[in-house]
Amino acid sequence: MNRISQILLRPGFFTSHLAGAARATPVMTTAATTRCWYSADATAPPASAATVDKSTLEKLVRTNKVVVFMKGNPQAPRCGFSNAVVQIMRMHGVQYDAHDVLQNEALRQGVKEFTDWPTIPQVFINGEFVGGCDILLQMHQSGDLIEELQKAGIVSELLKAQQAKDEQDAKNKK
Amino acid sequence: MFGVSFRHLARVSGRSGTSISKYSIAKMSQEKQQYPPIETAMRKALTTELKPLFLDVSNESPMHNTPKQAESHFRVLVVSDKFNDLTLIKRHRLVNDTIKKALEAAGFEFMHALSIEAKTPKQWQPDHEPEKSPPCLGGFGK
Repeated sequence: MNRISQILLRPGFFTSHLAGAARATPVMTTAATTRCWYSADATAPPASAATVDKSTLEKLVRTNKVVVFMKGNPQAPRCGFSNAVVQIMRMHGVQYDAHDVLQNEALRQGVKEFTDWPTIPQVFINGEFVGGCDILLQMHQSGDLIEELQKAGIVSELLKAQQAKDEQDAKNKK
Repeated sequence: MFGVSFRHLARVSGRSGTSISKYSIAKMSQEKQQYPPIETAMRKALTTELKPLFLDVSNESPMHNTPKQAESHFRVLVVSDKFNDLTLIKRHRLVNDTIKKALEAAGFEFMHALSIEAKTPKQWQPDHEPEKSPPCLGGFGK
């Protein structure tokens, strides 16, 4: 387990009940091996484009319920902050589109102007800009991310794990 | 791979509002300037605009693939009453914009990386340690 995962998994990163859920189920391993969790750059503008305009981006951020602009790709993030977002998405079992801005300078500039946000990574849920790494992390810690995902019709794996545990506990009580 | 140096850096940088980074100390002894130029501009702008109850700025550039004395990667912890009625994203935008304006005025470009913790006084305890940044994965200066 690399350092970033350790950081993400240290106690403070979960509300206490979520920590229990994460320990109870091997979310991370199943996520990594059994499904493809992203479709990379299926509809991205060509890397040769000089600029990426607003209407292109408006479409791009709606091609999936969750869209992430990052450095590198989810299998090999090239930046610690992008990696943190990937790890969070993996924990929640979210399927998303990932766009590598290092492969496309026009996209890198375009998305920064589009959101008026100076840094990468950038995360969109339901076509709406949610924030970067810090915000995602805090939403993850507070449990708000589960809610936001739910609004987009995505049930977080952490929530499922918690519910399964609750059911089990209820059975055990009987 | 980065484990040792990351821990070490986390220790030397950003302890409390009054502490200063290793680099700043080195620089201070040479010239009578407390912080390098970008950090100075950031601190000044954040202090005057946001009237923070607590402010911690740490230059994390040495964690990354940067030249010595670079000012490319920063982390700030700001505790301010101005955040009271703002959503998380609006707080971050306020910090981003404050710094962006100050740097533009001082003739600098926005830094490569800025990590923000923006808390209201209610959400903050004096013993709160700033979050730690994840280790560099080499995307900078490719």
